[in-house]
Amino acid sequence: MQSTTENDLECIEVKKHFGSVRAVDDVSFDIPKGSFFSILGPSGCGKTTLMRMIAGFEQPSSGDIRIKGRSVIGTPPNKRNVKMVFQHLALFPMMNVYENIAYGLRCAGATRDVIRTKVHDVLARISLPDVANREISQLSGGQKQRIAIARCMVLDPDVLLLDEPLGALDLKLREAMKIELKLLQHQFDTTFVYITHDQSEALVMSDNVAIMDKGKFVQIGTPQELYHNPAAAFVAGFVGDTNRWAGRVTRVENGAVEVETEAGLFMRGSVRGAGAPSIGDLVNAFVRPEFIRAEKSGAAAQKIDAGHNVIEGKIDSILFNGANSRVLVRDRAGELIEADVVLTGGTEDLKPKDDVTLSWRAEQTMSFLA
Amino acid sequence: MKQNDIKRLSLYLLFAPFALWITLLIVLPHLGMLYISLREKVAPRVYEFGFANYINFFNEPIYWNTLLRTGSMSLLVTVLALLLGFPIAYYIAKIAGHRTRGALFLMCLIPLWVSDLIRAFGWILLLRETGVISSGLQWAGLINAPIEFLYNDATVIVGLVYTVILFMIVPLVSTLDGMDDSMIEAGYNLGGNGPTVLRRIIIPYAMPGIVSGCIVVFMLTAGSYLTPILLGGKNSSWFTEQIYDQFITRYNWESGAAFGFVLLAFTSLVIWIGLKLSGQTLNSTVARS
Repeated sequence: MQSTTENDLECIEVKKHFGSVRAVDDVSFDIPKGSFFSILGPSGCGKTTLMRMIAGFEQPSSGDIRIKGRSVIGTPPNKRNVKMVFQHLALFPMMNVYENIAYGLRCAGATRDVIRTKVHDVLARISLPDVANREISQLSGGQKQRIAIARCMVLDPDVLLLDEPLGALDLKLREAMKIELKLLQHQFDTTFVYITHDQSEALVMSDNVAIMDKGKFVQIGTPQELYHNPAAAFVAGFVGDTNRWAGRVTRVENGAVEVETEAGLFMRGSVRGAGAPSIGDLVNAFVRPEFIRAEKSGAAAQKIDAGHNVIEGKIDSILFNGANSRVLVRDRAGELIEADVVLTGGTEDLKPKDDVTLSWRAEQTMSFLA
Repeated sequence: MKQNDIKRLSLYLLFAPFALWITLLIVLPHLGMLYISLREKVAPRVYEFGFANYINFFNEPIYWNTLLRTGSMSLLVTVLALLLGFPIAYYIAKIAGHRTRGALFLMCLIPLWVSDLIRAFGWILLLRETGVISSGLQWAGLINAPIEFLYNDATVIVGLVYTVILFMIVPLVSTLDGMDDSMIEAGYNLGGNGPTVLRRIIIPYAMPGIVSGCIVVFMLTAGSYLTPILLGGKNSSWFTEQIYDQFITRYNWESGAAFGFVLLAFTSLVIWIGLKLSGQTLNSTVARS
């Protein structure tokens, strides 16, 4: 079948059942040429199964997978031009770096000279020109990572799959590798499909992210869309940090609702997701900590606009983390609310036990029908 | 200071059984044998130091022919055990599920619960002229006279492979078990087909296990006595039989001891060559599995 689009990878109603378990349930998406696409979901959501089907290690129960418009159902893994960076990289320990990269070229039947130029070329592109003769055990974590990518990229794949390859690295290196992966993707101009459960990896690197839960795609969108306009409560709760309340609708007026939380707090919010709530419906309300302003009570009272939600509380503790510092505020109902604050180290800083006023714009309360 | 002394004492005590075992049961007897092998009998009860026993071995073609025959048949047994054992080990380590893996491993171990001797007699029951196979074939009408399956080289080899294959499977399973499945998948993913993945990835990865299994199997086979004698009879001309003859039948301990050392040197040489050819070291193979 020939596709009209310029998509590197398309999945059409792909399903995979293991007995009665639906690991992947009716997933459809397409990935345009040269983009960085992430599949983000909690462990066990089926993302690894989906990727193994794209690579050809599993056969879908139904549906179609197309690479560059050609269906690959029934094509064995070694005949698909989809390469994969494994979770633990799976570099071959009995071969040195050169042999690891040359392996795929040898399988493709390239001549000795072609192999030599290509291997050195790709090593130069990942800025590790001098490691060709090293053993795998002599490489650092970040270098192994790059060799694993180079080993795939030397074969000019249509799609590169990455299965949580940063999971084994320590935090500092992981942060550095995120940027590096994004740069490598730009440099090679190849479609990357990145599987992860780490939202920050997905948000930082991707052009588009698909949120996956229980075998289904909940939402596909740019990182900004997912963060600011989640289509479902699951997305709002999974992507980014958030305060979450379960409550009941007490008032509805064109697109806005008033919600009474279980603890008895009232807040106004915008209706998100599917379905229009009516009075008495159960909803989940989400507010991101960075949208909540925390100020010392009294001083702030007059500056608050009419459209804001206001909650009085007392600071329970301060979570200092430099620019990402946060306060935990206990409200009158006894719940803890998180709010981002700027701590300058001066005397004006909020301290535990301070009385504070929390306020945020009504539309920042994202309410989803429960 | 005192703490240190206690530590050292406990270390000595822990080490003592091993040291005693090595010295009393291995080093001392071998030194004794070496001493005997270097004695030349010049007259009854008169001995001289010399290499006559060894020279004797090389001057008599029957002796070194037996040794070469033993060596080459042992190599054949090793190769067969590897060819048979590798798929079994691969199945146990990579394909079988978690629960069947234990059961399969146990099934491999069960023959070890029965002594060598009994197992050899089992083979005799099956293979002799009036045995199960011969009469079974007669009953089925495939042959019309009883056939003697015993006392030929093929039987000896089959029996030996059966006896030693477990020692090939165990180290292979343990190395293959340590191999990440994604390594094999990566092999396919990068464009390799089945034979390529086997040749370029699985076998090189399993090399330490292969070499270690081969060393153990070769040593056991070359030094085995019961199976060749019982299944091969007088025709087997196994080198250990030659050594037995020297010691027991001819009561020529000097020559027997010399033969023993020749066998030791020969097998060590074969293993050394094997290690050199496969690019492995004793440390990376036998010591690891």
